[in-house]
Amino acid sequence: MTLSVAPSLVSLSEVSALLCFLLILLVPFAGVGVALINCGLGRARSAAHAMLAALCVTAVAAIVYVIVGFAWQGAAGRPEHAIIAGGKAWGWIAAEPFFLRGLRLDLSPAALVVLLQLFSVGLAGLIPLSSGADRWRLGATCASTALLAGCTYPLFAHWAWGGGWLAQLGSNCGLGRGFLDGGGSGAIQVTGGLTALSITWILRPRRGKFSAEGLPAALPGHSAVLVLLGCLFAWIGWVGLNSGGAILFLGVEPARVVLIAINTTLCAAASGLTTVVVTRVRFGRPDASLSANGWVAGLVASSAAAAFMKPAAAIIVGGVAGIVVPLVADLLEFQLGVDDPGGAISVHAVGGLWGLLAVALLTDAGAPGRSSGQWLAQLAGMATLLGFVLPLSYGLNWLLDRVYRQRVEREGELQGMDLYELGAGAYPEFDIHGDEFLPR
Amino acid sequence: MKLAGFLLLLAGWAIVMSALALLPSAAPRTTFALAGMAVELLGLALAVRSHLVLEAEGE
Repeated sequence: MTLSVAPSLVSLSEVSALLCFLLILLVPFAGVGVALINCGLGRARSAAHAMLAALCVTAVAAIVYVIVGFAWQGAAGRPEHAIIAGGKAWGWIAAEPFFLRGLRLDLSPAALVVLLQLFSVGLAGLIPLSSGADRWRLGATCASTALLAGCTYPLFAHWAWGGGWLAQLGSNCGLGRGFLDGGGSGAIQVTGGLTALSITWILRPRRGKFSAEGLPAALPGHSAVLVLLGCLFAWIGWVGLNSGGAILFLGVEPARVVLIAINTTLCAAASGLTTVVVTRVRFGRPDASLSANGWVAGLVASSAAAAFMKPAAAIIVGGVAGIVVPLVADLLEFQLGVDDPGGAISVHAVGGLWGLLAVALLTDAGAPGRSSGQWLAQLAGMATLLGFVLPLSYGLNWLLDRVYRQRVEREGELQGMDLYELGAGAYPEFDIHGDEFLPR
Repeated sequence: MKLAGFLLLLAGWAIVMSALALLPSAAPRTTFALAGMAVELLGLALAVRSHLVLEAEGE
């Protein structure tokens, strides 16, 4: 093992750095959108809990990331630990001090990476919240987020974005330009989505969700308005996320943000509309919450490839996401017994994996003459997410559950998370439906 | 069964990593990487199945 310096992609003029900074400031809107969607797709009696959990998760993620996350993620051009294999150096973890010590926090690329990641890691932390809706204790959400922001996320983010071994697949193995994931389809969305899968497995389904025969009951979200408003906020945030990420992690010229914004919008539009049509054909009427999931899945799928796609390809990427997501959501609920109230697994994990694959299939992202290897680099990233990130996330959350029970007590589930954990409901002046599980 | 599923996921990932780091020519590298991915999918299927069984027992 040796200490080396990760190759750097980016050198920004002051104007470009300022543009990048302004784009990064849009990213929190993605978090607002996801939080509103999570809240709207949950029950009315857990609405305040869902929003407070979103705030707490964002706060914990930011603090833990500053303390240890960046020290392990680092940035391209910064020191890292590398393993020598096959005569080549493979970066596996950054070698930065804790608490951002020694880092100039100005408009330098490394400082902009810190700012973007501060928001992105919060976004990744918000994703599992929807899977654990109505049964995940507030303290457990914070502890689980600390593990995500301090361990799972920085490791993969270093490999993909910090000049680590996935990013080096181009220079070390001749696989196109190495693993490409400008806006975080893999590092943010799939990591969050696979953590959501771990959480649903650990928490198990909500009480009353599945009958003794394993048939799922419909437990609809309480506000389609919040969900659809969340989609619009998420759209703004994703434009900033995809643009800022592409400039900082892929080294694209800042003028390309126009193409990125167009592709992001087209992906979401195609995906949302496709899901409207798919649900119209399947159920006779368009399904609002599934269509919202389709919209977000389009945003998720756009993240990896937005900087390289032609607009027509963006429509195809979105269209495929819009077909796949509702089908996977059905598969998870009806066949695999997974209770994922917000559809985080199908939207973020499956949508993100499709986005990563789309880089190889539908873009000209590979280096000229070497593009044939780009799909193998993307496959390596996907294999790492499934083969390393999922077991790591499950293992950490399983251990956490041993020392600090993550699921709320039975009484809390029946009463609702708002009353049980916060002592007051989100809508005190409205009649909330009586619990269908209580004897009448 | 759950543990076996997660071990298969890790094993599949190790096969993909080893293929990329150690095999210089394209054809065997691709073959081994795809084989590693197949092992991962098998592990994922096993992990999913083990949770279905656990939930049925829980009921």
